[in-house]
Amino acid sequence: MNIKGIIPALVVVVIIFVIWTAAVIPMNAHLTADQAQRDGFIMTPEAPRDRQEFLGLTLAIKNPEIITMTYTLVRPRLPSPHQVAIEMYETIFTKAPTSRRSLVYHAWVTLSATLLGFVIGTTLGILLAVGIVYNRTMDKSVMPWAITSQTIPILALAPMIIVILGAIGIQGLLPKSIISAYLSFFPVVVGMVKGLRSPDGMQLDLLRTYSANANQGFWKLRLPASMPYLFASLKIGISAALVGAIVGELPTGARAGFGARMLVGDQYGQPMVTWAALFGAAITAALLVAILSFIERRTLARMGMGATA
Amino acid sequence: MNETPVITAKNLDLTFETNDGPVHALKDVSLNINKGEFISFIGPSGCGKTTFLRCIAGLETPTAGEISVNGMSPDEARRSRAYGYVFQAAGLYPWRTIGGNIRLPLEIMGFSKAEQHERVNRVMDLVDLGGFEKRFPWQLSGGMQQRASIARALAFDADILLMDEPFGALDEIVRDHLNEQLLKLWARTEKTIGFVTHSIPEAVYLSTKIVVMSPRPGRITDVINSPLPKDRPLDIRDSPEFIKIAHRVRDGLRAGHVDD
Repeated sequence: MNIKGIIPALVVVVIIFVIWTAAVIPMNAHLTADQAQRDGFIMTPEAPRDRQEFLGLTLAIKNPEIITMTYTLVRPRLPSPHQVAIEMYETIFTKAPTSRRSLVYHAWVTLSATLLGFVIGTTLGILLAVGIVYNRTMDKSVMPWAITSQTIPILALAPMIIVILGAIGIQGLLPKSIISAYLSFFPVVVGMVKGLRSPDGMQLDLLRTYSANANQGFWKLRLPASMPYLFASLKIGISAALVGAIVGELPTGARAGFGARMLVGDQYGQPMVTWAALFGAAITAALLVAILSFIERRTLARMGMGATA
Repeated sequence: MNETPVITAKNLDLTFETNDGPVHALKDVSLNINKGEFISFIGPSGCGKTTFLRCIAGLETPTAGEISVNGMSPDEARRSRAYGYVFQAAGLYPWRTIGGNIRLPLEIMGFSKAEQHERVNRVMDLVDLGGFEKRFPWQLSGGMQQRASIARALAFDADILLMDEPFGALDEIVRDHLNEQLLKLWARTEKTIGFVTHSIPEAVYLSTKIVVMSPRPGRITDVINSPLPKDRPLDIRDSPEFIKIAHRVRDGLRAGHVDD
């Protein structure tokens, strides 16, 4: 990507940071006013109950001295960007990656479940797509169920999967991976069915004139033709797999992983921990998609097809 | 020229069932094609010329009548790789190089690596594409791509070459050039060629026999044996004999048009 391609994305990021920074003041104004009053400042109005009548912004205007303090609360309602940045710096760079207090440790826990789930989901997705394309019965029966599977809220399903697997003694990585696989197989099925069916009548007729068998048709035509579709699906699938792994960490009080960090931050009033985990997950997802994009470009360029996405 | 028929069709009928009712694509088509002939099928859209070619190739099955290719049914002929087929579009696989595309039928038919290599080189020279083996299709012009697709059809040495409007999408100059090359190739390889076209000059210039067809239902209205010599420079198209045949073809096409 060249510089011109990065600028629009950067502008969006800057706008988001500006809105975020501005929102810190009204979001934290009430908490800050309470804290300032305890520290001996005189607030208007004086009674905390009366202050609830006002919007955060109004309160900040009436008490301009609290504005800078909204950015440094220990337990803010909305942490400021620099607070999240500091939390991330400390948990990524100043803690040993094996420590439970390191975000890298938690990232690895979630990432390993994500990758295992992604591999399971992708394999399953490709196998189902091949079945759907080559078998009439599967074509009629599998697709409706695949679509139905995605209409069930994963938040409702995840605890059941974890509990049921736990009851038969399967714990740790695999249950989370199964939730990841559950979310990531679907885009692969849809993309690969479309990709395997992408050769046109003429390309199929050509193989018929050679009396090619079904096997040759698959390896020499359908599979290579489906590659651009596969990569588009993989990029959606891996983000879904990450979401699945995090969701899998939420309902059972997992002790490690991004999901566990979000939960801990929420339950113990440490919003910076939650936010750092959120950003950690977003950065991980971006890296995973970037790696797949790189492989996509390399593969398609070597196949003479160029990047299509 | 040897007078043994390699392709014979007798009272061929083909009806397609469509949502708008049955379409009579071929009606009572009978024809003999001899070994080494260059035979063109000409007619307006819907006259069944492509359908007839596909019947010869075993890509369509006639509803009635008999057809044989090299004394076999079209399906058997297809399985014994009796013909090479060139489609309207080059249809090269974008993920294969030009050499890789020409190698495709050879891989499928199980030729040895050495044989594949030798044959690819030979047919690439035959269509003047030497040196382009490692290029990808998108790096070549439309005319070159179509030449590569002809090379692909020639690679496994079938005696019959079936071509469905192979130059239809190319401009006039490129088409002239390719027509000239195709005649040279035909002279060198002595194949039997079935060629579908919309263009009267193209049909007359190339063929030893011109089959004029008309639509609704698709049928043969005239079969013209060309008196032109086998050796044909491009300017033969200005000769009186050429113009006379072209007239007869045009009259045949007009006669078939009375129904609309």
